[in-house]
Amino acid sequence: MDWFNHLNPDLQFVLLSAVKVLAVLFLALLPMVAYSVLAERKISAWIQDRVGPNRVALPLLSGIPFLGSFLTRLGIWQPIADGVKSFLKEDFTPDHVRKIYFWLAPAITLIPAFLTVAVIPFGSTLGAQKMVIADLNVGILYSFGIVSLGVYGIVLAGYASNSKYPFLGGIRSSAQMISYEIAMGMSVVSVFMLVGDLNLSKVIEYQAGTTLGFIPNWLVFKQPVAFVIFLVAAFAETNRLPFDLPESETELVGGYNTEYSSMKFALFFMGEYANMIVSSAMMVTLFFGGWTLPFFGLDQRAESAQWLTGLAHIGIFVAKMLVLMVVFIWVRWMLPRFRYDQLMDLGWRRFIPLALANILATAVVLFLLNK
Amino acid sequence: MIVKREKLNFWERLYLPALAGGLKVTATHLVNTLFKRGAVTMEYPEQKWTVPEGYRGAPYLVKDQDGATKCVSCQLCEFVCPPKAIKITPPGLAGQTADRANAEKMPLEFEINMLRCIFCGFCQEVCPEEAIFLMKDYSLTGTNRAEMIYNKEKLLELGGVHHDQIKKWEHKLDEAKEQEMFPVKD
Repeated sequence: MDWFNHLNPDLQFVLLSAVKVLAVLFLALLPMVAYSVLAERKISAWIQDRVGPNRVALPLLSGIPFLGSFLTRLGIWQPIADGVKSFLKEDFTPDHVRKIYFWLAPAITLIPAFLTVAVIPFGSTLGAQKMVIADLNVGILYSFGIVSLGVYGIVLAGYASNSKYPFLGGIRSSAQMISYEIAMGMSVVSVFMLVGDLNLSKVIEYQAGTTLGFIPNWLVFKQPVAFVIFLVAAFAETNRLPFDLPESETELVGGYNTEYSSMKFALFFMGEYANMIVSSAMMVTLFFGGWTLPFFGLDQRAESAQWLTGLAHIGIFVAKMLVLMVVFIWVRWMLPRFRYDQLMDLGWRRFIPLALANILATAVVLFLLNK
Repeated sequence: MIVKREKLNFWERLYLPALAGGLKVTATHLVNTLFKRGAVTMEYPEQKWTVPEGYRGAPYLVKDQDGATKCVSCQLCEFVCPPKAIKITPPGLAGQTADRANAEKMPLEFEINMLRCIFCGFCQEVCPEEAIFLMKDYSLTGTNRAEMIYNKEKLLELGGVHHDQIKKWEHKLDEAKEQEMFPVKD
């Protein structure tokens, strides 16, 4: 690493950031997207008393006596088969679509999901490096700004497809996202009133330690209402059931992605799961103490020599995130889809007033405590 | 009939108890599938349904207990077959004789096109010799059309042996011998 230390600091920073981006994107996010699809299929199968994908076998690895067949039964190779399938399928572009937008839309859906990861602190420090790609001091504002771009992909897909079902899906999506983003934003305001900073690393630092010796200082316990609103809004933002109105395959065929096939469809699919991952990461950061655990001194930043603690922090973060992902999948098989007017009613007439009341209550409590 | 709509109380309108109930139901199913009952799925190529008695599967030709072909090439099944799936080639005047005593003839070729067959069972009903039966096979596969036309050899092999109670031709032979009606073959 001697040559590295001779470089000027700016170049070092650029190189390290590039390494972090590549590692997070290709070693963490994309595999997680692939395997969350598998998790979705497996968990939904178990909930419905079925088996789920259990056929894909790799020539050599599945020959391992006990483990090989177990992994095959678990469907561990299924994402590989799915990926290969999407690439080999015919990439069909119907005649009646608006070509440029039709090609742009899947990318515009996927990219914001990837961009949001940049500000999320997924670990404390590893060596001397902070485990966050960009430690912005307006982290949450950035992520809200980027997340709301995600809707353009869907609206554009609906418009570009030039056909009625995708169009309806696109319209629904825009209306839904607008109404839930307000509630989402306002629920977070009360969190930041407590923390007093918009930087997500500061939010995590605030959540270190315990009250009464055993309850973690996590914001989910201090702001339960904000958490519920954020959770519901996250479901709506990621188009998950019970808010999957843009897609609603029973009434809109496939919604915005009706006209898409092969890899372009797969991009939409990946976008949905990437969004799920990002919003669970966001919820972990905001409400569940991020990479901290209030035991064994795991709520303090790792020193530069403590590689093991640094890795443990990343592990804790991923574990918390996976729990929330399972909740996302679990809820999907429990609630039927909301009707459009019910969805709007819930967003505008329940959650926005509730979020406002929550902000007011937090303000009053803070005022009384600080007096 | 007018269904009375009960007014929901505050607890019910809060919606959260219903959510908790729903989560409980799905979680119970997940735990049961994983650890208790197992999945209801029957994994098809490895596990297969055992079909009930009287199930009408694919029609095959049978042999009698002596290993002789029972079919006498009367072509009744060919005539009755609604989708015309059966095609019988009779032996002709100077053709091969039946491989059991006293029976006049047996088919030179007997083909069932399994792609045409509708598994109605008329062939079994009409057969005077109890030579064709609808068996329990329900999954017939092939890679081309020619493969799905089963010939006599294949049908006999798939059909196996039918243990005949009446033994019609044996009795005929005995009767003929008693009455010294010749010529009969032994």
